[in-house]
Amino acid sequence: MSPDLIVVVTAVLVAVPCALLGTFLVLRQMAMMGDAISHAVLPGIVVAFFLSESLGPVTSLAGAGAFGLLAAVLVEALRNTGRVMEDSSIGIVFTALFALGVFLISRFASDVHLDLQHVLFGEIAFSPLNTLVIGGVDLGPRSFWTLGIVTVVAVSLVLLLYKELKIATFDPGLAAAAGLSPVLVHYLLMGAVSVTTVGAFDSVGAVLVVAFLIAPPATAYLLTDGLARMLVISVSVGVASAILGYYAAALLDVAIAGMMAVAAGLYFALGLLFSPSRGLVANLLRRRRNRRSFARGLLLARLGTLGNRATEEELSEQLSWEGGRVSRTLHDALSGGFVLRPSPGEVALTRKGREATDGTAKPSAR
Amino acid sequence: MIELVGDLLFDYTLRNVALGSAILGVVGGSLGTFAVLRRQGLLGDALAHATLPGVCAAFMLTGTKNPVVLLLGAGLSAALGALVILAVVNGTRIKQDAALGIVLSVFFGAGIVLLTYIAGSGDAGQSGLDRFIFGQAATIVREDVVTMGLLALAALVVTALFFKEFKLLSFDPALAASLGFPVRALNVLLTALIVVAVVVGIQAVGVVLMAAMLITPAAAARQWTDRLSAMILLSALFGAASGVSGALISASGANLPTGPLIVLVATGILLVSLLLGRRHGLLWSWRTGRRNRREALRRVA
Repeated sequence: MSPDLIVVVTAVLVAVPCALLGTFLVLRQMAMMGDAISHAVLPGIVVAFFLSESLGPVTSLAGAGAFGLLAAVLVEALRNTGRVMEDSSIGIVFTALFALGVFLISRFASDVHLDLQHVLFGEIAFSPLNTLVIGGVDLGPRSFWTLGIVTVVAVSLVLLLYKELKIATFDPGLAAAAGLSPVLVHYLLMGAVSVTTVGAFDSVGAVLVVAFLIAPPATAYLLTDGLARMLVISVSVGVASAILGYYAAALLDVAIAGMMAVAAGLYFALGLLFSPSRGLVANLLRRRRNRRSFARGLLLARLGTLGNRATEEELSEQLSWEGGRVSRTLHDALSGGFVLRPSPGEVALTRKGREATDGTAKPSAR
Repeated sequence: MIELVGDLLFDYTLRNVALGSAILGVVGGSLGTFAVLRRQGLLGDALAHATLPGVCAAFMLTGTKNPVVLLLGAGLSAALGALVILAVVNGTRIKQDAALGIVLSVFFGAGIVLLTYIAGSGDAGQSGLDRFIFGQAATIVREDVVTMGLLALAALVVTALFFKEFKLLSFDPALAASLGFPVRALNVLLTALIVVAVVVGIQAVGVVLMAAMLITPAAAARQWTDRLSAMILLSALFGAASGVSGALISASGANLPTGPLIVLVATGILLVSLLLGRRHGLLWSWRTGRRNRREALRRVA
């Protein structure tokens, strides 16, 4: 396998679990919990780093993940004291745990391989060099193993608990009534996010994993209303960000993980602007269309009260609209066949125009 | 300890570091009060991360490491981040939390890309830029302190001038709107002031931990008082105390990073406040609860 391909596959193995779990974070409005957990696992990673001689890769993955779960528990506990609001408690918990992690690294690990840059944006470029060797047998890139486990965990969680996650996300009350514990679902999700951020840490670091967790699901949320479709789109956008990011970074010779985050942001921006149903451009066009058809309706109605026929001057005096709005709307109504000009300077309703002013055919407001 | 206090007064470097951290604590603490009350604590987090590409771009465009230029870049890019958040939240069905997460991570990613681009272009002057990520209070010099001080002063003066408006906006935005206050403009102003606080802080604690300087002292101050003015003063005091003690502890030994220590001290102050805070303290309510239970049991018996 070429080093290029190893890096891309590693990134895809980050993108897939992040996109799946992130979908639920975005829908449950807990995106910032993903940010908090990805920072809070740092002290766990430092401890696991010191103990990794005695612990296997799976145990240290779970051990570091426990810190993410601890952060979720602490956020809840702090909020439940009733003395700190939710967003504050998220900010307090993750900065404290992250500060603890940075402190541990600077104090005790400054001379070993665990530097601070790495913590924030990972070293995905090194993934081909870091191979897993057990009993003298080379088992391929270490990242394939850790992220492979993470991907299996995330995919099976979503497949096995699809129904439960769906109900608990969209109607927690119904979930509780049906005997499903929303609390359990919450902590399962938080646990999976913890393990995912720990697994992704080596490759993309604490901050950029947030781009994989949030940007693809948010893009998908702009494109569809169905949960299953949202999961599929989200995974596709995540994978596309990984691939585009890698090749753009290789071309410009810049940070790979950073470029992947930028690519994810780019796809989000495209969705934000051009989503056919919910994009900003579509919104703008829809609003303009509504404004126009509303103005046309007003003009036709006023023309109707003037006896279906009037001079343009009369009409614009009656409507007393600003600027060129009357002539613009008239032009619109003429080309739509709602009015005609029997003689210069005069307008009259057509049959279609009269029907439009009847109660039966209100101005179409889509 | 006595030696440290002596150094604080007479050691030039340490004095700058402590002064810088204190300024950061005061401005972060006072503006953080509004952020916390308006449930916008994490906005500061996102905006802090959003400063990074601005710092790099300012350096790439001008080639200087003049703090004024770099901080101007930081401020502009944070403002851009704030605009994006606003556009996403107002223009689509995406909620604030996801908008914050996207701006935070994508802007930060862009910053990392620019940092590596600067490093790759072989510019020797780049070495100083990555200190913005984690902050390096130890590198704060007199010039930085002056810049930070002026920015902080401006932010505090504006806050004092608009104190009444901000108070109303924080507690009852609907009333503010019905009284004819320009709520939208005040929102923008308050966000701009938070950007200033972030810009003041990133050199000392870095973009990642800046959120703590806005949130933690304010949350601690909230445990002691129900009055806004008292809360601001107390929060500024807690922020300054965390800043100075974090800087002092970090100066007392090798390999002690300033930013994380400042945050850990602030977290300690918060924990103590949660336990002992007047009226709200967990210890007091626990004691009252126990006394009430005993009283009830005695009456039953």
